[in-house]
Amino acid sequence: MTDQVSMAPEKVIPPAPGSPVAAEPRKQRTLTADVWRQFRQHKGGVIGAIVFLTIIFLVVFGPSIHGIDPSALNVRERNAGISFAHPMGTDNLGRDTFAQILAGGRTSLSVGVTAMMLSLLLGTTIGVMAGYFKKLEGPLMRLTDLFLALPLLPLLLVIIMLFRDTLRRSFGPETGIFMLIVFVIGITSWMQTARIVRGAVLSVKEQEFVLAAKSIGTRERRVITRHILPNVLSPIMVSATLGIATAIITESALSFLGLGFPSDYPTWGRLLFDGVNFMQINPSRVIWPGLAISLTVLSVNYIGDGIRDALDPRIRGR
Amino acid sequence: MKKLTTFLTGTAAAIAMTAGAAQAERGSDGHLNILYWQAVSILNPFLSGGTKDVEGSSLVIEPLAKFNEKGEMVPALVDEIPTVENGGVAEDLKSITWVISEGLMWSDGTPVTAEDVKFTAEYCMAEDGGCQQVANFTDVESVEAVDERTVKVNFSIPKPYPYGPFVGAQSPIIQKAQFADCVGARAPECTEANFGPIGTGPFVVTRFAANDVIELEANPNYRDAAKPAFATVTLKGGGDAASAARAVMETGEFDYAWNLQVEPEILAQMEAAGRGELISSFGTSVERINLNMTDPSPDKGDDRSTVEAGPHPFLSDPAVRRALSIALDRELIVEAGYGETGRPTCNILPAPEAYASKNVDWCLTQDIEEANRLLDEAGWMPGGDGIREKDGVRLSILYSTSTNSVRQATQALVKDMWQQIGVESELRNVDAAVFFGGDPASPDTFQKFYADVLMYTNNFDGTDPEKYMAEWLCDDAPKPQNGWLGANIPRFCSEEYDALVKKMGETAPLEERQALAIQMNDILTNEGAHLPLVHRGDVSAKSTTLNGVLMNSWDSELWNAADWTRAE
Amino acid sequence: MFHYTLRRLMFAVPTLFVISFIIFALLDLAPNDPTGNLPLTIPPEVREQIRMSLGLGEPFHIRYLKWLQQFFIAEPLNFIQQAFGIEIGNSAERVRIRSWATRSPVVDLIVERLPQTLWVVGMSYVVGILIALPVGIISAYRQYSWFDQIGTFVSMVGFSVPTFFTGVVLIVVFSVYLGWFPSIYDTTHRVTDWDSFWVQVRQMVLPVMVLALYNAAQLSRFVRASMLDNLNQDYVRTARAKGMKEKVVLLVHVLRNSLIPVVTVIALGIPTIFSGAIITEQIFRVNGLGQLLIIAIQGADIPLVQTLTFIFAVLIILCNLIADILYGILDPRIRYD
Repeated sequence: MTDQVSMAPEKVIPPAPGSPVAAEPRKQRTLTADVWRQFRQHKGGVIGAIVFLTIIFLVVFGPSIHGIDPSALNVRERNAGISFAHPMGTDNLGRDTFAQILAGGRTSLSVGVTAMMLSLLLGTTIGVMAGYFKKLEGPLMRLTDLFLALPLLPLLLVIIMLFRDTLRRSFGPETGIFMLIVFVIGITSWMQTARIVRGAVLSVKEQEFVLAAKSIGTRERRVITRHILPNVLSPIMVSATLGIATAIITESALSFLGLGFPSDYPTWGRLLFDGVNFMQINPSRVIWPGLAISLTVLSVNYIGDGIRDALDPRIRGR
Repeated sequence: MKKLTTFLTGTAAAIAMTAGAAQAERGSDGHLNILYWQAVSILNPFLSGGTKDVEGSSLVIEPLAKFNEKGEMVPALVDEIPTVENGGVAEDLKSITWVISEGLMWSDGTPVTAEDVKFTAEYCMAEDGGCQQVANFTDVESVEAVDERTVKVNFSIPKPYPYGPFVGAQSPIIQKAQFADCVGARAPECTEANFGPIGTGPFVVTRFAANDVIELEANPNYRDAAKPAFATVTLKGGGDAASAARAVMETGEFDYAWNLQVEPEILAQMEAAGRGELISSFGTSVERINLNMTDPSPDKGDDRSTVEAGPHPFLSDPAVRRALSIALDRELIVEAGYGETGRPTCNILPAPEAYASKNVDWCLTQDIEEANRLLDEAGWMPGGDGIREKDGVRLSILYSTSTNSVRQATQALVKDMWQQIGVESELRNVDAAVFFGGDPASPDTFQKFYADVLMYTNNFDGTDPEKYMAEWLCDDAPKPQNGWLGANIPRFCSEEYDALVKKMGETAPLEERQALAIQMNDILTNEGAHLPLVHRGDVSAKSTTLNGVLMNSWDSELWNAADWTRAE
Repeated sequence: MFHYTLRRLMFAVPTLFVISFIIFALLDLAPNDPTGNLPLTIPPEVREQIRMSLGLGEPFHIRYLKWLQQFFIAEPLNFIQQAFGIEIGNSAERVRIRSWATRSPVVDLIVERLPQTLWVVGMSYVVGILIALPVGIISAYRQYSWFDQIGTFVSMVGFSVPTFFTGVVLIVVFSVYLGWFPSIYDTTHRVTDWDSFWVQVRQMVLPVMVLALYNAAQLSRFVRASMLDNLNQDYVRTARAKGMKEKVVLLVHVLRNSLIPVVTVIALGIPTIFSGAIITEQIFRVNGLGQLLIIAIQGADIPLVQTLTFIFAVLIILCNLIADILYGILDPRIRYD
């Protein structure tokens, strides 16, 4: 399991001087176009986006270019170093590390991004509801406490026991397990986000611009989406970045416990986990997967920075 | 006069010197560090049968007789092993009489008596005690203390092999005075006694931290005045096997690390550091693939994987079973996952030597062509995607095992080999606590066998295979009616085999028993009840400065810790 | 605020009961079994007897009520007895919560484990905070400077590379090749003088480093984000316009406001100190509460898992409450009532 030393931060985003989108629609500019123009000027964000797209391109089209089956065994050529045929060497059963990284990236990225989205969606919804509607706060925050207190491992064992076979039958082994893993990671990692968002909302909703919006009869839904959400975006972005990393690592912990993908189905987290003991024999087994995870998380982080800055009207004006 | 004394002392010292290191003084070699990566939970093996707990306790409490590194019974608390020849075992095989060595003391200085032995049996056989070693007392009718030092075990039926009780680390003697108030349901409440039993072994517990560390010191009343050589011992637990190997062979922080099932190249690379060496020995463990003889299809509902579900759609075909076996390159599996500590085997009963069959070797060499031919002949023809099928049944296997990096590597290899004969497999691994847990509510236990093939290791304690060979009885198949509590995992069923098991229970002469065991082993392999893969050894690591370690697969690995010494 | 606290505390009691019930049900439903790690040589019938002797034969609600009685009545009474040396009722008849694997009282096990967990995990938390604060502040103040870029890089790598990897890397480098620090934590070590204190420091270095890196990486991101949000505020401009020194603006005005959420983040992390760091404790054999919990879960030691997780639940709820109260005190804009 991943270490459980993580924070459940509560975060206030102090108020923007006026709602960000209350900006008058001058010169037919749409918000999206505005944000996009701003994002393009954010160097870190652009580089992050390029790196992230490159990684996606590689894992999508890489396997057809590299052309080695990631699960093809060749025991006579095991633990091999870097060579022309195996640009990243081979593992202890002679499988090509490069092919495994490419194939593993598909799984890890799709699990990481989907699980993060799910967790973010759950966390943000519950956090906003709890922060905004006083009646919902008690029950929703106690629910959050409950999920924080649940022992993760037995919970996973129970979920797998109850749902694995049904999903396997309905969607086949791979899609079924993919859904299960995304679901499991999503529902066990939304609590931090929920607490952060709630804290931020509690603070933002007392601001003058929110009161102003309410006083002119803006509907609550619009108040939340137009006035509250954009102002609590910064901690959500941090959670999103950290969430992808957590999801990729948690997936490897799951498959180690036998709760994840079958063992011959490479993922970055699993490659790293399996490679740890071989570190001294063949360093490339840990360097590449470690680098792949780090690069992904870094690039997502910079994209997050870029989006946050682009959405911040105080910076956008500059 | 004074001169003479000096002279005499000097000579005595010289004699002692020449006698060598074996005559070392008790406690002269300082401190010993042992590392078990599964931490010891309790020092009472009757309350926890876990290997780590049994072995940890073997430093403190001992049985009447142990098994040595060759699997021979050697006396521990007695002077000789009772046999029919020396009159220790009754002619009718219904009783065995042990005589405790003279002057034997507990570590607290009180004498060991026949009453203690008798009490030990009562302790384990008590109702509601949940004794985990009660299988060793099967068919024991009574244990009587004939006199101070003589104890007689009476069996309800003739026992050709009467060495179940009080032999081996699983069945040690505990002190009556200490455990008298802890019988039956009260057993778990005696925490102090369970954490620090008074024993006859070389060491005495000074501090016990459950699931963490045990500190011990030399037993002042140990039966050999010159032993043990170490004054104090630390038995640390926790972590994983690879890092335990590293602590002995690379950093040298520990002297001994237990049970290192790690990929061979990792161990070899660590050994090259030169601070420690690997030691291994072979017992009875065989890594095998069990083939499900019944239909595990989910459509069968509650009958799934039971005889009622009917035969397996393709594993019931002998040709398929044989083809699956000869498609395997066992040498390769050993090379990739086991190294020096594994041997390819076709036997489910690979040891002791006298019981090991030499008749079956057809599976030792991989023969893809022959396997393909067998399948072709039986009518299993490759479909569009290369996977063989017949009458709409595809040779598609759900292949399950417990989580363990060597097992997952083996799975990958086997999948690849089966792919070559047009058989596809879906791999699954299950957490060991679930897989071996036997929870009737879980679909993933090995007893339920909701898969086509299962891979794991099994073995037996001691050297007599009678109980082990009885695991393949028709009636012993797990099913809902017996709460899935059967030992016949492959649901193998043969009248001929059942008859042989019955015969073995009635046969006393050793040679005949051996012949029967070999015959049963051959039936199991030839019929394809399972595919034996690897005869697995136990592997541990010891520091180069540690002498006297005799690696033992038949008893506790720490069985002769009293003889361990520190090299200069 | 007082009313709010009182209401939350009253709410906490039923919540905890519900949580304890759900945990118990979950553990009961989980498919792992206390006999799962025993050797296969122990026959199935004996396993069934073992299960019965552990009380698994009794119905679910009886077992749950028993645990409630033991946890809320027997153990507190026992604690009072030991603390004040007085005898209450018949203590010999009182049934304590016993772990299935070790057969010893669960509370004793937890007390035994606390010191090493607090030493290692607690210390790494403190170190992590001490690193994260300056790094976060400087990163935000000099946004997109070299320091910020490197800080971002290190913390992102530190967070995305799991501890099962960093732990082994540190062991290989510092224990195997350099031989500076031990790779195995000695829980029997007692600090009595400077020498033994030094030994203790040396054996704590590696595990604390691993965890502190992970903690600092995460926390510094939140500090940075919070600082950035404040740096653009009107009040900062006002302060500067008033001619205040930059140092005062940064460390008094901005930092104080940015730390409001960070302090609550830190308060919320406190329960995780007690639940330990499972992987790191395993790698370095610290054998604290995290390792106790994971062994218990793997061995399906239900009484131990139930008691430990319930104590964590109490800590989580208490710390969340403290965080909310702190929040309300520090940030006057938030109104709970």
